[in-house]
Amino acid sequence: MGTQVGDKASDLMGQVQGSQAWTSIFRPGSIFRKGYTDSPRNRSYVIMNSVLYHLHPVKVKRHGVRVSYTLCLGGLSFFLFILLTVTGIFLMFFYRPTAAQAWDDIYILQTEVAFGLLVRNIHRWGAHLMVLTVFLHMARVFYHGAYKPPREFNWVIGVILLTLTLLLSFTGYLLPWDQLALWAVTVGTNMMGFTPVFGDQVRFVLLSGVEIGTDTLLRWYVLHVLMLPFVLIIFLAVHFWRVRKDGGISGPL
Amino acid sequence: MTEVPEHLLRRAKEARERLEDSGESAESAEAPAGAASAPPPAEPTAAGDEEKIPAHLLDRSRSAEEQAAMAPAAPGGPVAPAPPSLPTGPGGHTQRLLTVVKSGSIQDVKAMPQDRVHVWPHLLLGEFVASLFITAFLLIFSVFVNAPLLELANVNETPNPSKAPWYFLGLQELLTMFHPMVAGVTIPGIALFLLILAPYIDRNKENAPEKRKFAVSLMTVHLMFWAILVMIGSFFRGPGFNFIFPWQDGLFFDF
Repeated sequence: MGTQVGDKASDLMGQVQGSQAWTSIFRPGSIFRKGYTDSPRNRSYVIMNSVLYHLHPVKVKRHGVRVSYTLCLGGLSFFLFILLTVTGIFLMFFYRPTAAQAWDDIYILQTEVAFGLLVRNIHRWGAHLMVLTVFLHMARVFYHGAYKPPREFNWVIGVILLTLTLLLSFTGYLLPWDQLALWAVTVGTNMMGFTPVFGDQVRFVLLSGVEIGTDTLLRWYVLHVLMLPFVLIIFLAVHFWRVRKDGGISGPL
Repeated sequence: MTEVPEHLLRRAKEARERLEDSGESAESAEAPAGAASAPPPAEPTAAGDEEKIPAHLLDRSRSAEEQAAMAPAAPGGPVAPAPPSLPTGPGGHTQRLLTVVKSGSIQDVKAMPQDRVHVWPHLLLGEFVASLFITAFLLIFSVFVNAPLLELANVNETPNPSKAPWYFLGLQELLTMFHPMVAGVTIPGIALFLLILAPYIDRNKENAPEKRKFAVSLMTVHLMFWAILVMIGSFFRGPGFNFIFPWQDGLFFDF
């Protein structure tokens, strides 16, 4: 009895997997395809036929998969960026970037929206963690001498990405519009106002006025949710592409 | 030279063992058939390397040695001795293997074969586990620790102390020592500029940390410089941004 049910189930699975719809969705090499076997050919197809995985080469140097070599720091930074994008989109549904509404929106998000507090927490802690992982990634790359030829330019892009990460975190800092946000940004922008020659202009552009107000909030909101991620993704694409073009992961030591 | 990958060494060792096993079994099978019918295997006491040289080649080299030994015995004969008929191999071949020249010694080999593994499953599995761990960590941390939301922003009420986000607290710390233009713009600007130029300044080609002690020390001092400044700015600065001890006066720090 039990085996009959099992047979029927596997027959049905075979029919579904053999159908045209199924085979059109899962390309050769997908582990969900009928008759997937673990062979070198299929292992290559898994990478080549997946839009996400083909960021990777089919094969990497053996030392590159050792956790102790990279500590996954670059990958984790990218993963945190994705996590922050997803949680950030959720937060955008409940937030209006004006001085009159921003704080109330966050407060209502925390107290009345389902999972609002949790998602905001993840966004906040994830952002701090991303600053940390990007920073540690840079340290790891330096200590392994991975910035040396032919990877010099990718290091330069990496430093730009670090700066963009800091700016993304800093622009997000203002958005809750509480005392912490306001005064942290005041201190930060005052510092930037001491840029030689056009310090006042830099400060004016950053604050969208002579002092922090509702216009600053809108400006930093657009920077935070649209412009900086947009720029970051472009540099990220070049960064990943250069990793492949410059001969894959560095080392071994 | 590059190291021979471990799995290739293992494979070669296995093949060698298999060869030895099959050789032994062949010999043991031959033994009862009678020693007269089959020629005895060439000098079973010979070293491992010699065993692999075919018997006819060994015979040939032995006869060549004998001829060389005979030649000086009859020097200056009136009639040059006729060239000795060369012993030939089973196929009538007369060529000899003089030496084996490895490709690396006469060719400029640019790319050595590298030990590589498939990304699926070896790398993807690791990435998947790492992302699971970080997600679990963030989720659990976020359940128990709430992000700060202080009272509504008020331009007329300056909190004491006012602190920048933690990653800028190193700069704010510098502000207590230098003119704002030096602390806020010049020093971080130079640091960032040097960081970008690092690969063009560092001409040392070595990768291993023990062969680039100066660069590693310099970077460590640089990173520690910022880390210590950030920690002082975060935990050891209280009202008026004066120096305090957090265990005496409490924390004045929000994430």
